[in-house]
Amino acid sequence: MTETITALSGTPTAAREPILEIRDLHVGYGYGESPVRALRGVNLTLHRGEVLGLAGESGCGKSTLAYAATRLLPPPGLIMGGEVLYHGAQGSGEPPVDILSMTDKELRASRWEDVAIVFQGAMNSLNPVYRIGRQLMDAIAAHRKDSTKAERAERARELLSMVGIAPDRVSAFPHELSGGMRQRVMIAMALALEPKVLIMDEPTTALDVVMQRQILEQVIDLRDRLGFSVIFITHDVSLLIEVADRIAIMYAGEIIEEASASDVYRRPRHPYAHGLLHSFPPLHGPKRPLAGIPGSPPDLQALPSGCPFRVRCDHVMDACSQIQPVLGPTRLNEPGRQVACLLHDAALAPTLPESLSR
Amino acid sequence: MKYFARRIFIYVLTAWAAVTINFFIPRLMPGDPVQSLINRKQGQISADAAQSLYVLFGLDKNTNMLEQYIAYWQQLLRGDLGLSFANFPTPVSEVLAQSLPWTIGLVGIATIISFVLGSLIGVLIGWRRGTWADGILPVATFFSSVPYFWLGLIAIMLFSITWKIFPTGGAYDGGLIPGWDLDFIVSVLQHGALPALTIVLSSVAGWILGMRNMMVTVTSEDYVTVAQAKGLSESNVMFGYAARNAVLPQVSSFALSLGFIVSGTLVTEMVFSYQGIGFTLFQAIGAKDFPLMQGAFLVITLSVLAANILADVAYVFLDPRTRQEG
Amino acid sequence: MTAIPVQTDATALTGTNPAPTAAGPRRKPRGTAQQRFPFLRNKKAVTGLVILGFFTLLALIGPWIAPFDPNAISKDILQGPSATHWFGTSHLGQDVLSQIIVGTRSVMLVGLVTGVIATVLSVIVGVSAGFLGGVSDEILSALSNIFLVIPALPLIIIIAGQLPDAGGMTIALILAATGWAWGARVLRAQTLSLRRRDFVEAARANGESTWRIVWFETLPNLTAIIASSFIGTVTFAILSQTTLAFIGVTSIKSWSWGTVLYWAQSGQALHRGAWWWFVPAGLCIALVGMALTFINFGIDEFVNPRLRSAGTSAKDMRRRGIRPRIGFTAIDRSAMATSRRRAVAPPAHPDAWAPETTPSPKSPPTKEPKR
Repeated sequence: MTETITALSGTPTAAREPILEIRDLHVGYGYGESPVRALRGVNLTLHRGEVLGLAGESGCGKSTLAYAATRLLPPPGLIMGGEVLYHGAQGSGEPPVDILSMTDKELRASRWEDVAIVFQGAMNSLNPVYRIGRQLMDAIAAHRKDSTKAERAERARELLSMVGIAPDRVSAFPHELSGGMRQRVMIAMALALEPKVLIMDEPTTALDVVMQRQILEQVIDLRDRLGFSVIFITHDVSLLIEVADRIAIMYAGEIIEEASASDVYRRPRHPYAHGLLHSFPPLHGPKRPLAGIPGSPPDLQALPSGCPFRVRCDHVMDACSQIQPVLGPTRLNEPGRQVACLLHDAALAPTLPESLSR
Repeated sequence: MKYFARRIFIYVLTAWAAVTINFFIPRLMPGDPVQSLINRKQGQISADAAQSLYVLFGLDKNTNMLEQYIAYWQQLLRGDLGLSFANFPTPVSEVLAQSLPWTIGLVGIATIISFVLGSLIGVLIGWRRGTWADGILPVATFFSSVPYFWLGLIAIMLFSITWKIFPTGGAYDGGLIPGWDLDFIVSVLQHGALPALTIVLSSVAGWILGMRNMMVTVTSEDYVTVAQAKGLSESNVMFGYAARNAVLPQVSSFALSLGFIVSGTLVTEMVFSYQGIGFTLFQAIGAKDFPLMQGAFLVITLSVLAANILADVAYVFLDPRTRQEG
Repeated sequence: MTAIPVQTDATALTGTNPAPTAAGPRRKPRGTAQQRFPFLRNKKAVTGLVILGFFTLLALIGPWIAPFDPNAISKDILQGPSATHWFGTSHLGQDVLSQIIVGTRSVMLVGLVTGVIATVLSVIVGVSAGFLGGVSDEILSALSNIFLVIPALPLIIIIAGQLPDAGGMTIALILAATGWAWGARVLRAQTLSLRRRDFVEAARANGESTWRIVWFETLPNLTAIIASSFIGTVTFAILSQTTLAFIGVTSIKSWSWGTVLYWAQSGQALHRGAWWWFVPAGLCIALVGMALTFINFGIDEFVNPRLRSAGTSAKDMRRRGIRPRIGFTAIDRSAMATSRRRAVAPPAHPDAWAPETTPSPKSPPTKEPKR
């Protein structure tokens, strides 16, 4: 890794150079006439060295986004439109490449090298019949064809010790490791080729709180050392506030608010973001009353007209049923943040509710 | 190793059960067919041979069940299965010892070919789901529904009678003396080809369907997606990750269906007059040679058990989770 | 909680302009039978049921519709298929078609009786083993394993061979006694996994009796597996019965497909080139076997949605370049244009919409985007 990246990492405001750009991504489930629209025109940019959090209730499309952007979404997932631009080597002047337009061969070559993923549920992410070392090494072998077996074995041991596992565990089988260790192995595996982008899908959900913290701290520490960018997906917003530089909140297949982590935490601008924040206890700081969001996530097959959140929203107006809000500047025109809510349209809403204008 | 110990226990239990079933069946049947056979051969049977048949079939009414059972086991452990009536006065054990190698050669090789071939095709069809390969499925279903022996009849009709490519029956040319010379080996291969083909054709479909379904199930496991995310080559993902795991249930179902497969292949031997255990059994039925039938059942069951143990060893070798200590 | 009507119908929203272009074609309602039994939507299962229905009918009315008495000897010895004898005649001049039609009943009956008895046995053993656990489970599992490993056919031969005259029902009983183990094994595994599910745990916590839990909570959830094991056993029974009749272990007095084959074999049909004598019976067995397998596929796909093929036709998917693969999500940029017209309501305030999500009411609705 170059010096520059290390210098930039951890300073989200300084690093504004994009590494991964998702543009107008549309994804459906089903190959029939009318697929269920799981993602509807999502735009999201990940910058170099930053940790971008992606939050929302289950079924809002956050995992779909991660898998569709890497073309790993299983059948009957269908990418219906959009681009995923990967900005290659820094400063090389090369034009960005669209991951969704790559041939199978190009995609195989790009995978793990450019973008690596830590999957949800490490229990099933490891091949149960191969030793850990072999699974660490086969990825290296596939991309570094001229590496020797001894080099790969050495790298595997190095990777394990990097995530705090004794290097001699390379000869262990997955069933011989605890859940936390397996998750660390997955992280080590994802870093095997020093990718520029690391996508982590609910990496700690199945683990206990202590283990969660350890692993998160380790990831942040590695990010600081290696300088990769992270998309961190979780339903636990309070966790994101700790680790993320920027947070995007999704609802019904769309991003409805995007801002820096502290802004989202202290000054949410979307009623859904506000509700989501108040359904988890904060890990630090003053306690506040917990309140859930009434109702349940919408059925993507039968979305209401206009704003998809309106049926659960406390501040619903007449216009909400007729106009579908799009991501745009906030009413207060704060720099670096966007929201998709009609309350921020002065022409439609007389005032912004107090809870959203702090 | 606990896994293995458990399996061995089951096999010992099964062997015991097979012997015990064999002990009770003639004793529970109405009438004493063996007694009348012995009576017919009066004078030709030695006192020893008659005594061994008495023990096998419970004809000695002066002893109680427990004594009969103990005597039965003692005799079995000496390898004495009585006299064959169809091949009088050859002992049953000798008849079976002659036919067993032929069965192991034919059925064993054909079954292994069928398993390997079927699993490979199943891997490909399961992996390329939703392409032309799915068209194989209805054909496979047809062949898996056809009785082995009927397919054998059709094979004989086409390849032996109409086209005269292969001999109609037997295990080798009757004019040859068995030995390790070229003529004999060629003759054995010629005679074995058609029965083997029949066995493969009628059993391969089951393996294709089983493996295809396992592939479809395993392909949606997370570790296959991870393998794709790692950018591994297609063959590596297909064989190293998907098929490598899908083969585990395939091997255990191989072990479990061995009994059924062997039953089917035995009938193939009958159709081809192939001198293995199945054909011997067939002759025994015709001649009402009960000692030979009972002996054949025991030997077949024990052979299936042995094959099961081999399949289990393979399974332990393939799945590291069974090797777990404790 | 909310007084806002949830409107998804585009025409209702705009009010003034019915905009047939935006509504898109409605799906035709499906047949009521298919709605009530989703199982019948499966093409394979329906094919299987139709074939099976045909042979069941034949089993019921066979003796009345057979053109000849299957035993009647005639002068037409070893004749090939003709207008009078569709499937030709045997070495005694008997009509093979009539033998097969009359023989259907015994085949289907043995299959049914074996299936019922063996399934009851496997449910009793499998569900008890799975539910009771502990020592009972060990014993019952060992029992099923023993019966699985012992090759059924030689066992049946030594039993049936020593019976003076093994008729259809005797054979059915022996087959049931040897053929229940597979079903028991599958049912045990399924019961074990059911037992750990929440609703069964809840019933236990409520203090419901074991018997009640098994009867009302567990069995209904095993229906598909029981049905599939029943069908598997029927297939096993039909194949075994035919084989046993063919090798002459069972009574040859009554007609079945196996006895037809037995007489064909002993009458040297092969060497006399009388293919019509043994081909039809074998095909019938294969047809019934296939029908049963197809029904089982239907059940499998019903139980395990992963095995189901996707909703659309393979041809349509090929046209659009979609191949369902793990690890390489299909891309079809034409799909959106089609579905957008259908799914999205037209705007009341056009300026509030992002341009790319605006449907164009002017575009003719019927034109599919060309790729």
